[in-house]
Amino acid sequence: MKVEELVEGLLSGNRRALARAITYVENDYPESKEIMKRIFTKTGKAHIVGLTGFPGVGKSTLVSKLTEEFRKRGKKVGIVAIDPGSPFTGGALLGDRLRLDGMDSRKPLWTDPGIFFRSMSSRGRAGGLAAKTGDVVRLLDAFGFDVILVETVGAGQSEVDIIEVADTSVVVMMPETGDEIQINKAGILEIGDIYVVNKADLGGAEKVERWLKYMLSLDEESVQMLSQMTHADEARVASGEFFERRKGWNPPVVKTVADKGEGIAELADAIEEHFKYMKETGLIEKRRRERMKRELFEIVTDDIIKLVKEKTNYRDVIEKLVRNEIDPYTAAERIVEEVLKSGEKG
Amino acid sequence: MEKKIRVLVAKVGLDGHDRGAKVLARFLRDSGFEVIYTGLHRTPQEVAMAAVDEDVDVVGISLHSGAHLALVPKVINYIREYGGNPDEMLVLVGGVIPTDDIVELKKMGVDEVFIPGTPISEIVEFIKIKLPEKRKKNES
Ligand SMILES: Nc1nc2c(ncn2[C@@H]2O[C@H](COP(=O)(O)OP(=O)(O)O)[C@@H](O)[C@H]2O)c(=O)[nH]1
Ligand SMILES: [Mg+2]
Repeated sequence: MKVEELVEGLLSGNRRALARAITYVENDYPESKEIMKRIFTKTGKAHIVGLTGFPGVGKSTLVSKLTEEFRKRGKKVGIVAIDPGSPFTGGALLGDRLRLDGMDSRKPLWTDPGIFFRSMSSRGRAGGLAAKTGDVVRLLDAFGFDVILVETVGAGQSEVDIIEVADTSVVVMMPETGDEIQINKAGILEIGDIYVVNKADLGGAEKVERWLKYMLSLDEESVQMLSQMTHADEARVASGEFFERRKGWNPPVVKTVADKGEGIAELADAIEEHFKYMKETGLIEKRRRERMKRELFEIVTDDIIKLVKEKTNYRDVIEKLVRNEIDPYTAAERIVEEVLKSGEKG
Repeated sequence: MEKKIRVLVAKVGLDGHDRGAKVLARFLRDSGFEVIYTGLHRTPQEVAMAAVDEDVDVVGISLHSGAHLALVPKVINYIREYGGNPDEMLVLVGGVIPTDDIVELKKMGVDEVFIPGTPISEIVEFIKIKLPEKRKKNES
């Protein structure tokens, strides 16, 4: 399909075009940049909700039941579910979709035109997301979904990338998730806007809930001390990013039994409440501003490096560096100068 | 980088065992494919919409209920109805299928039928060779 056709199809509600556009973007086809350019002004309306947490805590089950709940509330729901892919074989088993069933079997989610579910492989990437997750979410946004749910890999490592994509981050836990210090290490206490204790039908949910509420009630100083004790992501904690991000918002803790649909309405309420709060306080612009700045700088960096490779004889400079004939700072200055000059010439 | 081949492994209809489908899914993953598994008891509509939305290259339908002649063409027709193009994909069927029915299924647009006992490596080879062949034929 041509870019024109894809973009027009996508913007006029053609699922096939959306599906194909995602494939192009996910695989970084040459057309993907053009697609993103053309749809960008149509994005920015959806509420992007991330779900993260250790494997098996019930993220996919929650995604399904939340999808059903938001559909009941008249919202269209797009889903991106990421599973780990092997960097060695390139293969992946994408098993989140198989949980896509609601409580009401008369309204199957799989064929609901108001739902679009896409499975993605992380392709060995760390951080919990696939490389192009952000752009795939934008395609769903442009298509017109009101809520976009993003399920991270859930490999139990630090999966803080979700905050680069989501407006609302939901951290999912269950009783006996593992020792508490481990949890703190994974950055989990920093990133959540909402915390879920799923599998509340198993014993011990209250204990996790109490512990979470305690941890979330601590002031900045105590958290810094704790994070030093536990070697958490110290730089970010020390920079105050932890507190700054959530500013004024006390993350609620919601107990759920996802496979029975219990607590789902409360969770959906909390998610909507957070969105409302962010809009009212301007927090949403603040977060989006930070994200856009990071993204812009990343793209500019890539573009400049491309220019350096095209327009300068950086290879010679590297040789001089190897022979200690020039220092890297002077070398960089010269290269930047050279790039700028090449721009003047056109 | 070459595009990863995406495979939908689907269980259609009433039969209740999916060990074979799960083993197949894992083997395909280990062979470098991106595999989406549907779980049990999917309807032809559900499988078709998943195939379109997930933009898969291969649809593998596993069924042991004996209803293959009724269900498989439905999957293919719904893929078309939802805007997908079965001529760009491989449609594979696995299960206990009588020889006469295999001929019948192939007339309906199935690329290959694999009966129990087929080494899975054969399925992998089939996909790797036939997918590009079919696409080329479809383009010309
Ligand atoms: N007992 C219990 N099991 C649950 C609950 N929610 C999900 N599960 C089960 O936990 C397993 C893992 O769920 P899944 O959603 O795939 O977890 P994910 O890996 O975080 O996506 C599945 O067998 C679910 O049926 C719950 O609230 N209680
Ligand atoms: Mg999952």
